[in-house]
Amino acid sequence: MTDTRTVRVEILSRVEGEGALHIETRQGRLERVELQIYEPPRLFESLLRGRPLEETPDITARICGICPVAYQMTAVHALERALGVQITPEIRRLRRLLYCGEWIESHALHIHLLHAPDFLGYDSGLAMAADHPQEVNRGLRLKKHGNQLLEVLGGRAIHPINVAVGGFYRAPRREALQRLIPDFEWGLQAAIEATRWVATLRFPDYCRDYHFVALRHPDEYPFNEGRVASSRGEAIDIDDYERRFAEVHVPHSTALHSETRPDGGCYHVGPLARIALNRDRLLEPARRLADELRFETPCGNPYRSIVARGLELVQAYAEALDILRDYRDFQPHRIPYGHREGTGCAATEAPRGLIFHRYQITADGLIEFAKIVPPTSQNQKQIEDDLRDWLPGVLDRPDAELARRAEELVRNYDPCISCSTHFLKVHRHDH
Amino acid sequence: MPATSSKPRLGVFKFASCDGCQLSLLDAEDELLAIAGQVEICFFPEASSRMLPGPYDVALVEGSITTAHDAERIQQVRRDAKFLMTIGACATAGGIQALRNWGNTAEFVRGVYARPEYIRTLEKSTAIADHVRVDFELRGCPVNHHQLVEVLAALVAGRRPRTPGHAVCLDCKRAGTVCITVARGQPCLGPVTQAGCGAICPAYDRGCFGCHGPARQCNCESLVGHLVQLGHDANDLLPLVRNFNGAAPEFRTVSDRLEQGWPEAGGPPPERIPT
Ligand code: SF4
Repeated sequence: MTDTRTVRVEILSRVEGEGALHIETRQGRLERVELQIYEPPRLFESLLRGRPLEETPDITARICGICPVAYQMTAVHALERALGVQITPEIRRLRRLLYCGEWIESHALHIHLLHAPDFLGYDSGLAMAADHPQEVNRGLRLKKHGNQLLEVLGGRAIHPINVAVGGFYRAPRREALQRLIPDFEWGLQAAIEATRWVATLRFPDYCRDYHFVALRHPDEYPFNEGRVASSRGEAIDIDDYERRFAEVHVPHSTALHSETRPDGGCYHVGPLARIALNRDRLLEPARRLADELRFETPCGNPYRSIVARGLELVQAYAEALDILRDYRDFQPHRIPYGHREGTGCAATEAPRGLIFHRYQITADGLIEFAKIVPPTSQNQKQIEDDLRDWLPGVLDRPDAELARRAEELVRNYDPCISCSTHFLKVHRHDH
Repeated sequence: MPATSSKPRLGVFKFASCDGCQLSLLDAEDELLAIAGQVEICFFPEASSRMLPGPYDVALVEGSITTAHDAERIQQVRRDAKFLMTIGACATAGGIQALRNWGNTAEFVRGVYARPEYIRTLEKSTAIADHVRVDFELRGCPVNHHQLVEVLAALVAGRRPRTPGHAVCLDCKRAGTVCITVARGQPCLGPVTQAGCGAICPAYDRGCFGCHGPARQCNCESLVGHLVQLGHDANDLLPLVRNFNGAAPEFRTVSDRLEQGWPEAGGPPPERIPT
């Protein structure tokens, strides 16, 4: 082996956003691993300043085309807290329903088109469809349901237009939601089948002791509310989030890394964290399936996140069905409010994990300050830590294989690099 | 697009964007596998690890140019592409991130990053057409996936894609949606915004905010003048026009004039800014 070795995987595929992976070895030993995110910065926090707060759900949605609802939900809850607006239980349920749509769409996409191909040895879900048509078609149909729900409730699937501070611009009619029920009944069964299928995949034998962080709610699987729970300590109020977690700016990235305070440790957000901390809150169909599949929690094998995503897909269908069946037309669908000066923060559970927003608003109803912490920037340090832990055992592999398997490890996190970044370049330098 | 005997080679390229427009392709669940059978997907990192070098028969370009590196990269995409089509507001008008064009970008960077010196970005977020020749534009933030499928089908069939140039307003009339400006006095950009979204906002009781950008031959000045006459404050109209397509010339002219005090100041109607 020569001393200098450079591996370049030009692009991390099947993720959203642009990033690079930098691996340095010295005399065959791992020296440095950096997940470099060079998604061009779009400067959202700054461009919100001075804009009417009512635009925030529409503008922050554009941070990410895969999980716009997560941004919308977090923004409206934070702003409502700043404004002192209390939403009604009906509005709250409708927001949960909208979030179900996004979870279904996003999880079905990741499971079938982005993640499963890694386990079965395909370049893409589209290529996998040739040999596994039933699974891929089922996945596409599930994904479509999520989008249909988003369309009915939000006007369109990507960047829905119906989310307002205080509620919804317009509440859907009962008939429109009822029409979705037969598809969702089929979907619940299909999601269970899909999860059974992914549970049969062969998972690398790799396990870590993660510090999991997710919301936890007294009686629901978390979407829009709860306290910030941790596998290593007491749950805290969302207001204390910034005391426990800090964003740091590392030189190789246009995304900010989050770490725990004061120790600067990494932590893990997303489906594995949510299930680890909320298994008892899963609805019956999802809980039964987790038992049937003997899904262990906490689960420290990042590859098995595909099963966790499947269980959450089932959860989202079960929850959506409950809400769809009970839905009655209601008023008011939007709570009126006056402008006032204030600050408010909120955290919700995006498909990829906890997302946090804080806003400061002026008496004229303008955004004065915004802080947005997406899930992927919280996972970024954890991803690097996984790579640092895992790479030494495989450094003897040929470059191409090493790069491919490193990508797979990263893909377990369903990283949304546009949220924080589309390219992963692996540069390996051996000094 | 050249008709070749083999399947057309497709590439999907991303610049500064949210990925929503390329995701629209994956959102065409009913057509996706059929499309994948009719074209050869050579480069689409969001969907496939298989990445083949150019040339490409069709390049879909999402996102705006905000870095020096991207300004170079788009030149290569152009060299590799026979037919280059921009998808979405970012690529056709600079997107929401073009709001920096009216601010101080260095200050914007300081507002987000603790170590601004790590960040390299251009002063302005610009449309793809400001850098290279664009063969076709599909508008929207995001693009409508039915339109995207239609356009791809047209390209595969070797005909030039057609998309409507009329305004959202007309689609409201066709759908029987009550006009929210007439009935409620709410501001709406429907009369000047290109159709393609299905006129969803007015159907959900809110004014159009221009996702699909200016319609052909739109008279944005006269709409804004009218809204001011209805009693809307120019300060409220400015952010409405300077939004996801704020840097599109027709919208930009009006928002700049609003900022200068038009129409209250009683100045002459705005001149068109040459593009
Ligand atoms: S135009 Fe809108 S939807 Fe499309 S990439 Fe840009 S921000 Fe996303």
